[in-house]
Amino acid sequence: MTERVEVLKTYKLYLGGDFPRSESGRSYEVTGAGGEFLANAARASRKDIRDAVKAARKAWPGWAAATAYNRGQVLYRVAEMMETRRGDLEAEVARVEGDASEQVDAAIDTFVYYAGWTDKITQVMGGLNPVAGPYFNITAPEPTGVVGIVASEEPSLTALCSRIAPAMCGGNASIVLASERYPLPAIALAECLATADVPGGVVNILTGHKNELVPVLASHLDVDAIDITGVTGDQRTEVEAAAAENVKRVITASDVRGPHEVTAFMDMKTVWHPKGR
Amino acid sequence: MTTPTKEHSLGLADRLGGSVDAVGAEARAAALSTRSIKKDSKMWALELAIRCCDLTSLEGQDSPGKIRQLASKAMRPAPGNPEIPSVAALCVYPRLVKAAKEALAGSTVKVASVAAAFPSGQSPLDLRLEEIERAIADGADEIDIVISRGAFLAGDDEMVFEEVSRSVEVAGGAHVKTILETGELGSYDRIRRASLIAMAAGTHTIKTSTGKISPASTLPTALVMAEAIRDFQDATGTAVGLKVAGGIRSAKDAIRYLVIVHETLGDEWLTPDRFRIGASSLVNDLLMQIDKQKTGFYSDPDRYTLD
Repeated sequence: MTERVEVLKTYKLYLGGDFPRSESGRSYEVTGAGGEFLANAARASRKDIRDAVKAARKAWPGWAAATAYNRGQVLYRVAEMMETRRGDLEAEVARVEGDASEQVDAAIDTFVYYAGWTDKITQVMGGLNPVAGPYFNITAPEPTGVVGIVASEEPSLTALCSRIAPAMCGGNASIVLASERYPLPAIALAECLATADVPGGVVNILTGHKNELVPVLASHLDVDAIDITGVTGDQRTEVEAAAAENVKRVITASDVRGPHEVTAFMDMKTVWHPKGR
Repeated sequence: MTTPTKEHSLGLADRLGGSVDAVGAEARAAALSTRSIKKDSKMWALELAIRCCDLTSLEGQDSPGKIRQLASKAMRPAPGNPEIPSVAALCVYPRLVKAAKEALAGSTVKVASVAAAFPSGQSPLDLRLEEIERAIADGADEIDIVISRGAFLAGDDEMVFEEVSRSVEVAGGAHVKTILETGELGSYDRIRRASLIAMAAGTHTIKTSTGKISPASTLPTALVMAEAIRDFQDATGTAVGLKVAGGIRSAKDAIRYLVIVHETLGDEWLTPDRFRIGASSLVNDLLMQIDKQKTGFYSDPDRYTLD
């Protein structure tokens, strides 16, 4: 009997609902906790960022217009898919960070948590403002548009989910840069998103070198907001300066989850309406 | 140039016609489209593509106001940047020629009118010729006509020759572009043959499509037509222009057409006199790419005027 040939996975990008290699054809080596070789991950280029922004811009109107109820269903479905594929998620997390089960639990729960917020965010975070005049003055959060997300390097999976879920909850389309050291769990997550009825392009996940990709994302004029939780040191100033070019909203994560994490990705819009008599 | 006789011209089409290597044409077009144009050459190509544009609006909802708006875009595609050149022409329906002419007065932008029962060509010849005459009387500098694909496909080459040569005649010196509507012709052999008949009948430019039919312009089609132009010039000494139209929306596509024209016909065709791109949304993408080259940032489509 011949031995069976091993089937190895090619880790790719998640872009516009597809799993392409980097446009540049480049890849980089990913190593495990002990420095051993694990796999080659795609090393995205500036053109991949451009393509991802295009895909996100195209997907955004549909996602923003989906009913809150429907968005909640899709987010919950992501949690379902993660539960179904938790073996895969745990294996990917375990080989880079060791302890996995708790992290995967937390990641799944994040999606369940924000699934519940989709149809509550407007009434809880919006409101009727007291004004001196015969007007209703109403403030409500609305989706910002296309947002860039640079999540923290670790914990690889929860850091990512804690940023993707609130951005989705708020009706945005995102371009997410995965952890540079631990990109493989991000791709496992992408496989969950792709099978969870998330419309192609609503979440795009790129793996690669952050010092190469962050400036392109920050300076792209068609990106409306950027989450710089995972950007460190000097690069923060650089990103903030680039973001100023088209007045991007610059966001960082807070220590606790909650509706404020969703509205950070949203615009508060206020309308005046005359009171009838 | 003296007008050649019909027999002589159709004989020429027979002689130069024949079969096109379809696989070869597609492979050649695909190979040329992978050519990488960077930096200075790219800037040059983007700017040339703008100069070669026929900014087009051929919709039932077109109004004089819409055409005036488009005319200002044609003259100054980027209002904040005077370095960006005007486009070659504004292409409209005959009823809107006057509005276009007035709006473009004093500029270098030509008024092109579609005529001759665009887009189908399915009207009696005398009505089609009258439409051309009236567009010219209203001030059109260029006329885009369509051939009767029905007649051509029925094998009536004489009819096609007749309508093109009569159209050129009544246009009275105005530049005539003949649309072959390649998407309806069915094969590269027929595209080549139709190109040759139109050229022999005296058209100044051959054009791929109306933009109303899918598939519209494709790279192999443009290649086959460019080769027909080259062979026609070798045989007769007459240089005919090429216009590609329909579905060309990205700067990348426009540059691919420029590469094909350059590789097939040479430098002399890289001018608005001999090469045109019929498009509307393309101009914004060209402007976006120019800004990207200049600033290094990817741009936002919302920063450009709607048309």
